[in-house]
Amino acid sequence: MKKQAKFGIGISVIVISLACLAWLGYGESKTYYHTIAELQSLRGTQLSHRMRVGGTVAAGSIRRFTGRVDFVLEGEGKSLPVSYVGSDPLPDTFVDKSQALVEGRPTDGRFVAEVVQAKCASKYEAAPGGTVATSSTATK
Amino acid sequence: MDVFGSFALILAFVCAVFAFIGGIAAIITRHPLLVKSTRQAGIATCCLIFIATFSLEYLFFSDNFSAAYVVAHSNRALATFYKIAALWAGQEGSLLFWSFLLSIYVFSVLIAYRNKNGELMPYVGVILAGVQIFFLTLNNFVASPFKALAVPGANGAMDLVARSDGNGLTPLLQYPEMVIHPPNLYSGYTGFTIPFAFALAALLARYPGEKWIHLTRKWTMIAWCFQTAGILLGAHWAYAVLGWGGYWGWDPVENASLLPWLTGTAFLHSVMMQEKRGMMKVWNVWLVFSTFLLCILGTFLTRSGVVSSVHAFAQSSIGSWFVGFLVVIFLVCLVAYLKNRDYLKSENQLDAIVSRESSFLFNNLILLVSCIAVLSGTLFPVLSEAVSGSKISVGAPFFNKVNIPIGLLLLFLTGVGPLLAWRKTSVESLKRNFAWPLIIGLAGGAVIFALGYREIYSLICFSLCFFVAATIVMEFYRGAKVIRVRSSASYLTSAIELTMRNTRRYGGYIVHLGMVLIFIGLAGAAFNQNVQKELQPGGSMQLGKYKLVLQSFDSKPEANYTGLRLNVEVFVDGKPLMMLYPERRIFETNGETGTMVAIYSTLREDLYVVYAGQSPDTKLPVIHAYLNPLVKWIWFGGVIVVFGTLVALLPNRRAVLVLSGAKQPAPEPVVHGMTPSVTYKEGHD
Repeated sequence: MKKQAKFGIGISVIVISLACLAWLGYGESKTYYHTIAELQSLRGTQLSHRMRVGGTVAAGSIRRFTGRVDFVLEGEGKSLPVSYVGSDPLPDTFVDKSQALVEGRPTDGRFVAEVVQAKCASKYEAAPGGTVATSSTATK
Repeated sequence: MDVFGSFALILAFVCAVFAFIGGIAAIITRHPLLVKSTRQAGIATCCLIFIATFSLEYLFFSDNFSAAYVVAHSNRALATFYKIAALWAGQEGSLLFWSFLLSIYVFSVLIAYRNKNGELMPYVGVILAGVQIFFLTLNNFVASPFKALAVPGANGAMDLVARSDGNGLTPLLQYPEMVIHPPNLYSGYTGFTIPFAFALAALLARYPGEKWIHLTRKWTMIAWCFQTAGILLGAHWAYAVLGWGGYWGWDPVENASLLPWLTGTAFLHSVMMQEKRGMMKVWNVWLVFSTFLLCILGTFLTRSGVVSSVHAFAQSSIGSWFVGFLVVIFLVCLVAYLKNRDYLKSENQLDAIVSRESSFLFNNLILLVSCIAVLSGTLFPVLSEAVSGSKISVGAPFFNKVNIPIGLLLLFLTGVGPLLAWRKTSVESLKRNFAWPLIIGLAGGAVIFALGYREIYSLICFSLCFFVAATIVMEFYRGAKVIRVRSSASYLTSAIELTMRNTRRYGGYIVHLGMVLIFIGLAGAAFNQNVQKELQPGGSMQLGKYKLVLQSFDSKPEANYTGLRLNVEVFVDGKPLMMLYPERRIFETNGETGTMVAIYSTLREDLYVVYAGQSPDTKLPVIHAYLNPLVKWIWFGGVIVVFGTLVALLPNRRAVLVLSGAKQPAPEPVVHGMTPSVTYKEGHD
């Protein structure tokens, strides 16, 4: 029974310490996901959480300034003005009408994003008229 | 050709169904003709899938723009290299590609073992046919790559059309790496089907343990090798092409490829416990099952869009098919296990905590903890939505906090494990084996500390790397010394001879050495630096010991893109070192931009320069430069890992000790024509 106990203790020590680290890491990086429509109904502390919002980049809305890029995200009929203030260059897939995921916090009617992810357009099909349309639906 | 291809595909489906149903009948009736016939149906299924795949490729090469898939992913101007790769550029084609690679494995297995393991192969054939039926269902009825292009006509019916040219391959996929990474990774994913089939078959057939372990182990190593190569190629692609300065982002699709790798690695180690001491049989069986389930889960995560990721396939209802398949597989495994678990009873118990068994146990434990952590983190949005209604995702801090200590523990076990004895290690043995490596490890760590690198995890990592490298070198040295005694060859020749006599053990050590190199590369990340600056011609920026001077910039129109190129000169200590040409490409087809990173890579560090864009006010170029220490060690280590796996897969060279023939006239009869000899059995550890 003694060696079983030794193993048990060894295993528990490892598992518990890793669980603590996991908990700390979770706290540091947890990010809520909301749709644009949901944003308007958030109240109180929920607004101060770090969150992600997905949508489509409105055509012609991308404007670049020093230290900031403004654009409008559209989804489910609603639109959300976004300011990207991160230091990394925006991904190459970030163009008009691409699907984008922004991460940050809502501030004064705008959304201030620290991270912008745009979908890798690995599949698109042309509609019969020759116009290019994305065949994937917006992220839920 | 598309009709031909789709016909081959449906015929493959029919053959697979026959192989499955007939195979079950063959097991029950044991009729030899039925056994043979279903095996041949299995082989035919594979051949038909090959034909279907080649047909689709033919459509690409013949610029057949009446096929919807070709229109979506190819155009006349596309280079041949990329027309091949366009096969797996989209959902339907990549699913066919999955079936294709799986069929190569199934074909090889059915042919290689057609006259062996007669009790086991019928079961294996049925299981493989079952998996193929699932993917062929998708290929034929859910996501057919042979769909013809059609538009609604005047009277409401669909009219077939043919375009004059296609849409072309997405520019971001037109890189060589994107052509080698999917085949390697898919070969890993599909390859794990084979050990799964053998394990499940052995359980159902109650086949002797030693035999199925041997078979399963070999195929697992092959799949594992491809999976490792696939993961590292993906990381290299992200690093060298995407231009964000890193190689791993804990993105859900990246994690999906890591999960089966973790359980596969655990299996490759715990299997040795079963071979040597008849232990961990239940554990091993479930490890193999889990590895396969994680492969299917991986492709489900990638294709269904259930968690958001930068890698996107079109979101479709195909996800539900995979969930259904996962449930079916899990239930089959569970029932098979419950019915046959008495056949899996352990022959021995763990004897001591300081033993090789125990190090394998801890190795498996932490690999499994890592797997669970990465899986939970990846699926967290789905789990949290089910539990609390809001989608919460976790990012790099979570994954790194858990996996860095796990990695260090694994590194420690890599050094310690091989030197512990089976059952129980004596204190003398511990002292003898670990004295030097421990000293070297601590000394190495002290040197790094003295050089000014103080980050604690990196220090521990470097110390452990020195420690493990020392244990591996010691193992080779000791073994080579023994061989030298008899053969008086050089140390190098003896070491090679040593390796060839026990390829699995010493090939495994080479793999460990490769992993040590990878860990050295990973440890460098703690010391990454970067700087971003807007420059005019003649302007300069400093990063570490490098001074970057922007000499000029130009714009060059090419066939299907315009290249905006920067000419940057790099100076070290005032002396010119080289020119770098970071570039941005703007593609005509869809206005997307692509980044061409300029990297100056040495063993010490990578100087990584990106043309980040133009300043919106001044229109001057903005350069983002990174200094990433030790990255090259990762790629180099990966090559060593693959090499080591190949060595381990080689059959052992049998050492034959021939004594001189007995020629004296002895009263006892001597068997003529036979020289007494001693052969060493195939070496296990």
